[in-house]
Amino acid sequence: MSKKTKSQNEKTPVAPRKRFFNVETHFGYTMHEMWRHKISYGMIAPFYIVFFVFTILPLLASTVLSFTYFDGINLPEFAGWNNYIYLFVDDPLFLKALSNTLYYAVIVGPIGYLASYFFAWFINQIPEKIKPIYTLAFYAPALAQGIAMGAVWLVIFANDSRGYLNAVFLEMGLINEPIQFLASTDWIMPVIIIIALWSSLGTGFLSFVAGFTNVDKELFDAAAVDGVTSRFQRLIHVEIPQTMPQLLFAAVLQITSAFTVGAISQQVVGHPSPEDAGLTIMLHLSDYAGQRFELGYASAIAVMLSAMILIIGRLAFKLFADKG
Amino acid sequence: MFQVDVDYLKRAKKRRDYAPWVITFFLTFAGIISALPIVYLIVTAFKPAEELFLYPPRFYVSNPTTKNFADLFAISSDSLVPFTRYLFNTVLVTVCYIFLLIIVSSLACYPLSKHKFPGHKGMFSLITTALMFVSGAAAVPSYLIVTGLQLDNTYLVYIIPLLANPTCLFLMKQFMDQVPDSIFEAGRIDGASEWQLYTKIAVPLLKNACATCIILTFGSVWGDAATATTYIYDEQLRNLAFYMNTLQGGLARTGANSAAGLLMTIPSILVFVLSQSKVMDTMAHSGIK
Repeated sequence: MSKKTKSQNEKTPVAPRKRFFNVETHFGYTMHEMWRHKISYGMIAPFYIVFFVFTILPLLASTVLSFTYFDGINLPEFAGWNNYIYLFVDDPLFLKALSNTLYYAVIVGPIGYLASYFFAWFINQIPEKIKPIYTLAFYAPALAQGIAMGAVWLVIFANDSRGYLNAVFLEMGLINEPIQFLASTDWIMPVIIIIALWSSLGTGFLSFVAGFTNVDKELFDAAAVDGVTSRFQRLIHVEIPQTMPQLLFAAVLQITSAFTVGAISQQVVGHPSPEDAGLTIMLHLSDYAGQRFELGYASAIAVMLSAMILIIGRLAFKLFADKG
Repeated sequence: MFQVDVDYLKRAKKRRDYAPWVITFFLTFAGIISALPIVYLIVTAFKPAEELFLYPPRFYVSNPTTKNFADLFAISSDSLVPFTRYLFNTVLVTVCYIFLLIIVSSLACYPLSKHKFPGHKGMFSLITTALMFVSGAAAVPSYLIVTGLQLDNTYLVYIIPLLANPTCLFLMKQFMDQVPDSIFEAGRIDGASEWQLYTKIAVPLLKNACATCIILTFGSVWGDAATATTYIYDEQLRNLAFYMNTLQGGLARTGANSAAGLLMTIPSILVFVLSQSKVMDTMAHSGIK
């Protein structure tokens, strides 16, 4: 309980105040407390009103719509579980998108996460003065998102010998003819993954860099007494436990971004991609929502994706909360 | 009783530590690879046409030119709306968005962190969960809500729907948690109202957290082409990112495209460089406890 409540309780015997609610009961006490904190509610109101209208409400509506047939013009018609059944039984493209997304998430999620952590750790080992330059160099790909990088990657991975990568490989004699990086179904997902890994040092990475900087240096001395002297031992016994909160924060962001892959694929191989080799759940969703106007079905895809992320996110909370 | 192995500590200190050199060397190598696409973007933006299509391709530029930027402006002179109008729209929207984002988030983070009102825990765990929400997943109802509120085809549509940013509120609240309660208690004893505590104490303390929010959101607003595509029908109100997107395609425009890409990226990098130290301060408190 805050100090404010205490001081008020102390005042009560001196000047008994009339209260609107009977504070003896649980409900009355809650109502009284809510009234007392009316300014607090006023302050959070702007954020939470916008949050409710543009985030919560659409999610709830989306969940409801997922049980209907809806084309955006006529009124939604109740469909029961049909959309979900269709998703797994009659839509091979969804399964393709699901497997592509999982393939991507399983590789980019953990590798991007570990890379963020270890590069942040390495940066923490170098002299203070040059840290910002290195941080910028590693964070730059995440800063230059979207439009800007599309053009760069297209040239690097271009299918003909003008592509940088093909030119280098040809020069070195590794290959005889240019690899169809952006057209061959074998190469599309790996190329997308390479590009994603390149720019995977994002917000989580910044959080790690800051987390390491903030570890109390006295802990190292204390650990040294116990025989923890090498950098690696320090990492295991001091720094990992100390950065546990950042580990969770970054994990949550990493999981979400890994499963919502789509934009990179669209920029690099286009959408629709050759034989749908670059199709992801997000792109499949945008097909049904933006082009076919099967909004009920699109909502079912969205709900599936959100559920997947929330479940895995909760697992991360469990995992880190136990150890932290 | 236990004894500290003093000799061991001495030996540990005496041992020459080469690791930082090895790590710096490794990081330099990795950092160059990491920054390579950005460097390439900058280099390409200044390449003259004859160097763009050399075979074998060359990374560096021998005769830098600003012709690509001139081309970019020339292309835009054919379009309905001058380039400067797109730029003006983007700058206006970005500045307003960031200003409002910071006000709304800081206003919410102060009571969430410092007032124990009923439901404050639930309110915050909602934000933690929202970190996992998929922004595009509820696109259909969002569209209906935005058009229903008649926000479409106005500047507001760039700003209002994205205003409640869970990551920003989350970071600000975690940052606020580090500020000792006693500061606010002292203010209360001096008779300050909650509003005064917010404006006089909380806001100045949140400066670094604000810088972080600016970095994390700047790129998404500056480069937001989706909003203009979906909700804006009036060419006069569309932004730079939308215009840059229409330019894509065709190898003939590689130079102009790179120039466009550079123009879209440079502001984000500048914002990051200018506020990096502040960001690190906030990020240190970013963890979920």
